[in-house]
Amino acid sequence: MTLAQVERGAKVKIKNIPDDFIRAQAIRFGISEGAEVECIEKIPGGPVIVRKRFQEIAIGRRLAENIIVSYWNREVEDDALS
Amino acid sequence: MMHCHDIATQLKNVPKNAKKIVLAGNPNAGKSVFFNAFTGMYVDVSNFPGTTIDISYGKYKDYIVIDTPGVYGVSSFNDEEIVARDIITSADIVVNVVDAVHLDRDLFLTQQIIDMGIPIIIALNMMDEAKAQGIEIDVDKLSQLLGVPVIPTVAVKNLGIEEVKNRLEEAKVGNSDPELQSKLAELLKQVHNRAEALLILEDDPHVAKRHQMEGAKLREEIYTKRRQRVNEIIDQVVRDTKTQSNFKMKLSRWMVNPLTGVPILIGILYIIYKLIAVFVAQTVVDFTEGYIFAGLYEPFIRGIIGQWIPENSALGTILIGEFGVLTMTVTYVLGLLLPLVIGFYFALSVMEDSGYLPRVAALVDRVLMKLGLNGRAIIPLILGFGCVTMATITTRLLGSKREKFIATALLGFTIPCSAQLGIIAGLITPLGWKLFILYVGIIFIVFVLIGTLLNLFLPGESTDLLIDLPPLRLPRINNVLKKTWTKSYAFIKEAGPLFALGALLIGLLQVTGALDMLIDAVAPITTGLLKLPKESAVAFIMGIIRRDFGAAGLTSIDMTPLQTVLSLVVITLFVPCIASILVLFKERGIRDAILIWGGSWILAFGVGGIMAALLL
Repeated sequence: MTLAQVERGAKVKIKNIPDDFIRAQAIRFGISEGAEVECIEKIPGGPVIVRKRFQEIAIGRRLAENIIVSYWNREVEDDALS
Repeated sequence: MMHCHDIATQLKNVPKNAKKIVLAGNPNAGKSVFFNAFTGMYVDVSNFPGTTIDISYGKYKDYIVIDTPGVYGVSSFNDEEIVARDIITSADIVVNVVDAVHLDRDLFLTQQIIDMGIPIIIALNMMDEAKAQGIEIDVDKLSQLLGVPVIPTVAVKNLGIEEVKNRLEEAKVGNSDPELQSKLAELLKQVHNRAEALLILEDDPHVAKRHQMEGAKLREEIYTKRRQRVNEIIDQVVRDTKTQSNFKMKLSRWMVNPLTGVPILIGILYIIYKLIAVFVAQTVVDFTEGYIFAGLYEPFIRGIIGQWIPENSALGTILIGEFGVLTMTVTYVLGLLLPLVIGFYFALSVMEDSGYLPRVAALVDRVLMKLGLNGRAIIPLILGFGCVTMATITTRLLGSKREKFIATALLGFTIPCSAQLGIIAGLITPLGWKLFILYVGIIFIVFVLIGTLLNLFLPGESTDLLIDLPPLRLPRINNVLKKTWTKSYAFIKEAGPLFALGALLIGLLQVTGALDMLIDAVAPITTGLLKLPKESAVAFIMGIIRRDFGAAGLTSIDMTPLQTVLSLVVITLFVPCIASILVLFKERGIRDAILIWGGSWILAFGVGGIMAALLL
């Protein structure tokens, strides 16, 4: 599942961020691979806004389409399926 | 060998062996308040070599205190980081200002500086805000885990600043990852600076090259471990005591959601319009330009100078004539422009300090994607309404060459700067809202067309939005006023001489009769193509020097309402001012600068010609 497919209010775990530069930048903001974030807003056709504690980050739609995530609580199931 | 990147050797009036205190922190963590508290009034500002970034430095006791641009980490991803990197790595003591509300973000930089082995002391700032948000921080535990002094502060209320000053000497090297330190120890045999060695491990290409080495390609690993370490610290010291669902959170969400965000944006723009185009451009300027300068100052100076130099002599015309250096220049710059510029910078500073701009970036991201930009580009575009020259410099924060070109072109072609906009507002408001919409509509269409076409035909791909949304804050009035004043003053200092030069040029053309010849020579364009009075040529000649100067030149010409709108459209699309052109050459290179400058002649007279054919 990609970050762009997540619905508002969902809590997800970041699985994979594709680009080196973006990944380094995201780690600094606290959004590393493995981080648990909440999708607090999805602007129609626009960025996805995620929050980790009090840190909010807007991620462009195209980029969000390339970030792989899984649901927090369903993680065990996801792993079992794959 | 003297290191060319040692910052102290590049600053004026700094003894070479002075100990350096460096202020470091993430953007908006509150560094400037600390800097002012340390240095007081005696501050030098110096341009960092090879960049357009200014750094401030001053004295505190025997130390030299240096400010750095706000960064999320030390590396070389952009100019701000490069500057911050070189200053931080040369520090004797780092005062790290940390935003207590964003501890997990800010501690990444803290831990990185600790890993560099530089003595550090932490000002844990905005403790009041953290408390209000229900965040409890165990300061002693944080200090113990990091291994460095941590002092809680509320800098804007002057709480804790004295303690930071008093305990400066307690700054020390903190706790680092033992595995990382053993790797560093290895490298220190070749590189005799721990901070630079770390950056080589983290694959910083500049620093590696400085030591004729290859980057170690360990950035990913080190960053991930550092992030884990910071997360573990956070888990031990931070407790969120209540779920965060307060008004600011809601407001923040309303601002980015199009349904509510667009009305909010329109509302804010309307307030700014009311403030600048109505209150400042009419009420204030009527008083300053009409009463003080045209009414009192000009007759006064004409009276004095006129005693020795007749007003209708050649010198008299240049000094105190219609375009006189001592009359028109002073009236325009101080009576007309200064109030308008102050109004604009005030509005901009409020938007900047409140944390609203990044939210606008998220809101408009989708729309700007169609123009080949991402939401971030809204920042230079909005700044362009303040000063196109400054905005052209800030296009650096955009991710690719392609985006930089598109943004620069849009700025150069279509965005009127504050000074020009003020005069335009003053001329167009009395004509009624229909003509106002006509003007805005035409400029907007041109803006969209240029962006869309450039996006279609420029090769390559634009980057995606990834932006930090800082907390919303009520701007501090002191800070806003200070920023407004600094920027307005810099504007007048730059605009004044150029205006005077322009007035001198026009004056010379006038007394030699060349002005009338020029006006007649370009009459086919002004009266033929654009169907304007032939005197409008003077405004365009003035507009080559500065666009606001050009717009100001239109104020004295008698025109019909439609002619006024047309002339304003042409002067808006006309060439960027001399200062902008210089920056354009520097930032984008000769080819792009000539394309934009030349293109704006064609664009301005082309659109004007079409308007004239259709409307007049």
